[in-house]
Amino acid sequence: MSVWVVLPLLVPMLGAALGWAAWRSTRAQALVGVVASSVHVFAAVGLLVAVGRHDVLVAPVGGWAPPIGIVLTADRLGAIMVLLTAVLGWTSTLTAIAEIGPRQRRAGFFPLMQILVLGVSGSFLTGDLFNLFVFFEVMLMASFVLLALGGERGALEGAVKYVGLNLFSSALFLVGAGLAYAATGTLNFADLHAKLPAVAATDPTAVTVLGAFLLLAFAVKAGVFPLYFWLPASYHTTSPAVSAIFAGLLTKVGVYALIRLTTILAPASAALIDGLLVVAAATMLFGVLGAVAQTNTRRILGFHILSQIGYMVVGIGLLASPDPTVRQLGMAATVFYLAHHILVKTNLYLVAGTALRLLGEERLKHAGGLAKRAPWLAAIFLVPAFSLAGLPPLSGFWAKLAVLRSGAAADAWIAVTAAALAGVLTLVSMLKIWNEVFWKDLPASTPPGARLSTAELWLRGAPMVLLAVATLAIGLWPAPLYDFAQQAAAQLLDPSSTVDAVLGPTQGAR
Amino acid sequence: MTWLLAITVGVLVATGVYMMLRRSLVKFLFGIVLLGHGANLAVFLSGGLVRGRSAVIVDGESTLAPGHADPLPQALVLTAIVIGFAVVSFLAVLIRRTQEESGQGDVDELRETEA
Repeated sequence: MSVWVVLPLLVPMLGAALGWAAWRSTRAQALVGVVASSVHVFAAVGLLVAVGRHDVLVAPVGGWAPPIGIVLTADRLGAIMVLLTAVLGWTSTLTAIAEIGPRQRRAGFFPLMQILVLGVSGSFLTGDLFNLFVFFEVMLMASFVLLALGGERGALEGAVKYVGLNLFSSALFLVGAGLAYAATGTLNFADLHAKLPAVAATDPTAVTVLGAFLLLAFAVKAGVFPLYFWLPASYHTTSPAVSAIFAGLLTKVGVYALIRLTTILAPASAALIDGLLVVAAATMLFGVLGAVAQTNTRRILGFHILSQIGYMVVGIGLLASPDPTVRQLGMAATVFYLAHHILVKTNLYLVAGTALRLLGEERLKHAGGLAKRAPWLAAIFLVPAFSLAGLPPLSGFWAKLAVLRSGAAADAWIAVTAAALAGVLTLVSMLKIWNEVFWKDLPASTPPGARLSTAELWLRGAPMVLLAVATLAIGLWPAPLYDFAQQAAAQLLDPSSTVDAVLGPTQGAR
Repeated sequence: MTWLLAITVGVLVATGVYMMLRRSLVKFLFGIVLLGHGANLAVFLSGGLVRGRSAVIVDGESTLAPGHADPLPQALVLTAIVIGFAVVSFLAVLIRRTQEESGQGDVDELRETEA
């Protein structure tokens, strides 16, 4: 039992409870939100350090022994995802203080944000398939409410589409989990690792069917082609602070679940995973083509999320490769890409949110003049924008390089070509935002927008600068993160140490 | 019995999907409800069906004697039903608010977010 595994869940839980206890004062709620998300960052750093020292941390919940009892498990991938979640919770809480209106505050915005962070952190830390379903629902429920909180027509319509498709995928997930239990008699990830190959040998159809259900469910959540239409229809309808944390985290929870599923599934049955490379190529291309066609900043960014998900899925598709070096390269690329993407994408949404605040306008046609009016914002925009497009020396360059290298090592030329092409088109649409929002003069028809107060400037600026500095740092010193990604990938591909840690060495050996 | 329940799952899912594909928002809600019931029933079935024997561990034993239905999926379904109930209630309110706000019950007319 390690306290570090439990702490990243207790902190947001407590933060939400205290926030709701302070129901009457929105000021106190905001304060609790900031304190809780700051403590969460420290808890996540502690977890990362502890995982670095012990490889795997396990906490059986309620003292029930695994595999029947639910365990919380933190490996390297889980630990870094929790850290990124904590950082994003912090940035979004700060931005939200500057941004959201009194109506959303009174509806409990800050406690809800903590619940969202709790659900996401829980998804990254659980070692049990059904518990993953529960944390998914916690996260979804919070996100449903955050999305619809504004109450305008657009937000409600976006929420209906988002909620509907996510419920559909939850039903698939539930059936998949039920089938997994029926076929193997366990829901524990480590136990599934140990038992699934034997089941696949005697009953390959059962494994394929349960894998298909889960794969489909996670693919909807991750926003993989052709299941992504809910995302560009909903993310831009809510307030920018919310869409920033959604963009950074929620689809990535889907990608994380895909990684967990496929690393368990791949050694048993590679039949389903083979096709993922084509899906990845299609996601990259259709996502970026959608972005090029859009004329609204956050809708452009929404389609870019999809295209970036495609890059991450390449590494997952490479799990079907017979060559262990390729699998290792691919998985490391996916982990690196995840970390890079979360920082960059959130920052772009934060910049878009501040641009919206300054201009009162998100349609490119009516925007302009920000390079003169807010040169600091223009400078910050360039870091994540060029990083997203993959220009050196920013984090996106190394992330794309890792994906291309793993794809080339596997001779997966369709995926490699799509990745290169999508990179160019990403640059095109980033330049489109630059030209329309920052460079061109403000159209005469648009009224000059609001000015930021000093407090607002700090609350909005600090998160953006922090994320931009992180992007730059990864770009200039990619080796530490890439080494970490390599270790995380090795741990995912050879789960024996995790299995031993969860089930005990004797059981793991059987 | 299992085959009868399996067919019921099929009917529930098919009806649910059909309702979800209709243009009315309210029918979409009913579709989600039916689909959720189908999924719950499928998970319930994964524990096996045994008539007239409750899964109670008798005194002096530490495990369930063979020949009982597995109680774990039943516990999972309870959790899933509770979650499903909460989510469906939320969706019902959301759909009602959407209809009030947009004056529209037709899914095809929800185009505000596409522009």
